[in-house]
Amino acid sequence: MTGLLYALASLGAFALLAGLVLAIAQKMFHVEGDPMVDKIDAMLPQTQCGQCGYPGCKPYATAIAGGEAEVNHCVPGGERTMLQIADLMGVEPKAVEEEAAAPRLAFVREDECIGCTLCIKACPVDAIIGAPKQYHTVIADHCTGCELCVEPCPVDCIDMVTKPELLEHWSWPLPDTRRSQLAHERREQHAGHA
Amino acid sequence: MPATLRNLAQRLGMMAHSFPGGVHPEQHKVSGATAIEVNALAPVHILPMKQHIGAPCSALVNIGDRVLRGQKIAKSEGYVSVPIHAPTSGRVVKIEEHPIAHPSGMGMPSIFIETDGDDAVDQTLEPISDWLNADPAILRERARMCGLAGLGGAVFPTFIKLVRDQRFPIETVILNGIECEPWLTSDHRLMTESATEILIGMRMIKHMVGATAGLIAIEDNKPKAIAAMREAVAAVNDLNDVRVVELPTRYPQGSEKQLIYTLTGREVPAGKLPMHVGIICQNVGTTKALYDAIALGEPLTERVVTVSGDALPRPANLLVRLGTPARLLFARQGLEDFTGLQIVHGGPMMGERLKGPDIPVVKSTNGLLALSANAMAAAHTVEQPCIRCGHCSEACPISLTPNLLADQCRSDQFDKAADYQLFDCIECGCCSYVCPSNIPLVHYFRYGKGQIALTRREQAFAEASRQRSESRDARIEREKAEKAARRSRVRQTHAPKPDTSKPETAKTDNATATNSSNTANTKPEEHS
Repeated sequence: MTGLLYALASLGAFALLAGLVLAIAQKMFHVEGDPMVDKIDAMLPQTQCGQCGYPGCKPYATAIAGGEAEVNHCVPGGERTMLQIADLMGVEPKAVEEEAAAPRLAFVREDECIGCTLCIKACPVDAIIGAPKQYHTVIADHCTGCELCVEPCPVDCIDMVTKPELLEHWSWPLPDTRRSQLAHERREQHAGHA
Repeated sequence: MPATLRNLAQRLGMMAHSFPGGVHPEQHKVSGATAIEVNALAPVHILPMKQHIGAPCSALVNIGDRVLRGQKIAKSEGYVSVPIHAPTSGRVVKIEEHPIAHPSGMGMPSIFIETDGDDAVDQTLEPISDWLNADPAILRERARMCGLAGLGGAVFPTFIKLVRDQRFPIETVILNGIECEPWLTSDHRLMTESATEILIGMRMIKHMVGATAGLIAIEDNKPKAIAAMREAVAAVNDLNDVRVVELPTRYPQGSEKQLIYTLTGREVPAGKLPMHVGIICQNVGTTKALYDAIALGEPLTERVVTVSGDALPRPANLLVRLGTPARLLFARQGLEDFTGLQIVHGGPMMGERLKGPDIPVVKSTNGLLALSANAMAAAHTVEQPCIRCGHCSEACPISLTPNLLADQCRSDQFDKAADYQLFDCIECGCCSYVCPSNIPLVHYFRYGKGQIALTRREQAFAEASRQRSESRDARIEREKAEKAARRSRVRQTHAPKPDTSKPETAKTDNATATNSSNTANTKPEEHS
């Protein structure tokens, strides 16, 4: 009988101790926010365009991490981003529904701008400068091409223009040999089937 | 000599230092015995807005302006940049995009100067005859003002190297007269004909950086240049610490880090500059240009160009004003029909293949070659599988493993390639040259480097966008809270007297408008 009591007491004491350690560990090693969300967010292109149906990249990342959204909704990220996220989440890749358009920039036709600041308020990355009743203009280096400023403009003076190709940003293509082309095709197929 | 044997010999002290690898391409120095000829002024000179490594320039002249030779027509934007000067007197006729020697075939905004034939010189810059007692900082500024950039082909702004830094005292000045690329002979001729000026230029550099020793390195395939430089050194009495060093011919000996190792046994670590090991290395052409800038007060407006190639009837070395169209130089040497020819800017190993001869001579133009299909041997059209012979690794002057790197680049494993030090590759082309399977190795490396740079750029942009978006969200939240706080304050103060609340509300509206007008500001602190 005493043996049973000893066993119960020691196990109980051990359980209490373990519980205490766990409680302390939870407080000490507490992680602020969801690390998965940050990881996914880092993979997204941060255009904040909302084409995924969420009001920005972070909300979409949160939705994916919470299992509420599919991995294939990011249009500007394209297949590469989708594959990365699918790999991270451990889910089957799904084809991206829409083809991403060539990168573009917003451009304000300044003579037509009435200075209403609506586009400034719409821009998710603060890439438009201006003040009430002053011309607005887009900081080309900061524009992500999300097109969110186009619709609010009451006088339709914002155009989406093709991003100019810069000499400094030019990079060499793959060598034009049969072998490199084959390797490339194989890679494309592999990505498609994966 | 095989690399292993050479290594052993070096270890045993039987041989001086020597960089690993390298190749011995056919030299083709057909224009070596031809004296430098002065090329006539072109009807129109075309000056691209960037002729150096670094930031492009911005134009200082307008269409219709009259300019003089040596007048500054474009100013540098940023530290790593040098200005551009008018090569002759004339009128600015247009400023528009024009093809340049770039593998993309893209153009660059350029200033077009119509020559008036007077060749009147802008004489605002005084010669500094007493340079030996001049402040090095003034001489350095002169090098910058005169637009000097490395004329060996890399066109790095010269003034940046000409610095006295107490942390890195410079002991040795090395003059690079190696010219290891096949066909090119412009440095060879310059050393033979202007040895004295080059030597004075070297003494200027020594004075500017406070170096004690000087080495003039020349490959043994240029005996005349060696003799001329030795004579020039002997003619000056107090130059005991300057030596002319004759080196056995090997490509790419003229590459800065390789040359420094061969001469001094010091290795310049990856990502560091020669000054970090106490050395400054300058091309002989640049040194001559420095002499012109300081002793004569002449900005960089001309350079020696080797016009050569097996398809060219009369190979020559020409003293050419910058901005002269390459087509004119080929025509002068008897070549007008370019069908089936390969036009190369620079040397055949590292130069750019051009789509056509319609590019202007710029600061980096050390050679212009017209090669027949034979000479290029239809290189790299049929790429065969790698047979693991290891020739590329033996030939690599950086001791990389080119076959592995090429596989990684081909299969887009860029992280791995970066781990295998892809960015240390100097793109000298030795590996592609020796490859029996015709693998365009260097081309794969360029592709890989470009893709890595692209990814890094995209990541940096995404990160910046994310930060801006987050600070915007935070600002909107704060503004909302402030507004709510103000409202409740207004309500509390004026609740019993509803009449007076009107102007207060208007004021709140104003404040909100001011806040929203500031939305473009990225720093949320500015609103509080």
